[in-house]
Order: sequence, then C-alpha cells, then structure tokens
Amino acid sequence: MANSTTAKTKPAAEPVHRDSMMAVIAPAVGWLIPGAGHIIQRRWIRGVLLFTSIGAMFVLGLMMQGHIYKANGGDILDILGFIGDLGAGGMYIVTLTMSWGQGAIAFATADYGTKFMIVAGLLNFIAVADAYHIAIGKKQ
Amino acid sequence: MTIQLTHFSAALVFALFASVVFGITHRETTRDMVRYGLYCFVLFLGGVFLAGWAMWLVRR
Repeated sequence: MANSTTAKTKPAAEPVHRDSMMAVIAPAVGWLIPGAGHIIQRRWIRGVLLFTSIGAMFVLGLMMQGHIYKANGGDILDILGFIGDLGAGGMYIVTLTMSWGQGAIAFATADYGTKFMIVAGLLNFIAVADAYHIAIGKKQ
Repeated sequence: MTIQLTHFSAALVFALFASVVFGITHRETTRDMVRYGLYCFVLFLGGVFLAGWAMWLVRR
C-alpha cells in the first residue's frame, strides 16, 4: 500500500521542483535583462516587446542626458530615484560602470530623460513580477 | 549621442512604451492585452491633452 502511494506521488515531485527553480530564476534573469524572464519561459513575443519597450525607454533617457542616481545619495528623492533606476538591472549596472548619465540636470529634456530611466526601472519591476506569476502558474 | 525631444513627443514615447508594458503585464489573453494597452495609451494621451488645456485655461 505504502509503495503504491509513493509510486503515485513521485512523478509529480519533479515538475514542482522545476517550477520552484523557475520561480527564482525567471525574476532574477528578468531583472538583469528586461523581458528575459518571459523569454526563458517561452513567452517569446511578450519578452521581446518588454525588452524593446523598457530598453528603448532607458536608452532614450540616457540619450536625453538624463541623470542616473547612485546608492549613496543622502536626499530622500535621490534614494527613491536610485530605487527606480535599480529596477533596470543590467542596464543600470552597465550605465554606472561606463560612468554615463553623470551630468547635472541643466535643462528640461535632461529632466525628462531622468524620469524615463526611473520609469523604465519601475516598469521592469512590474515585468519581473509578471515573470514570477507565470513561473508559479498564476498566469498563462 | 544626444537627442532632444519636445514635451509632446516625450509624452508620446512615454505613453507608447508604458502602455505596452501595462498591457502585457496586467491582462491574461492576447486580445485583452492589446485592448488594455490601447486603453492605457488613449488615457495617457488624453491626460496630456487635458492637462495642456487646463494649463492654458489657468494661464489665461
């Protein structure tokens, strides 16, 4: 009796383990590269659209000479800006490494650019949450 | 390489990209995603025009 129960439950254990792994991997990859969390779960079109939208928004922000926030900003608004920027993941790391977006916000377009980069990061947080929901089966 | 966008074109680009992400992440089926994305885009642009006219009225 005990053997038959074990035999019934064993095949179900493997997919659960795989799903739990994906629930960790998909958000992490999605944070690092926008849309990648969807792509590794075979949501190709969604992943490409997310990558294009979030990536273009961040790059446009940089091209508009937007300012990138760092972790050590003492002002509360700087900290909030840093949290938003951080959402862009790999793009934020590359931008910091290359020392881009370090200029002062001197004109309106640069201010728009700063907001573009923050919002790109925040949108990526939403995309990461969506990738997690797909991984746990809450969403198709 | 730098780029200069007007206030309106910046709002247009912002609305487009934000709507795409909202549509994909907030709905289940493809049809609903497209519909919700369009709905968000129209609301964003509508908000821009509404705010523009409100500021014009305040200025007068």
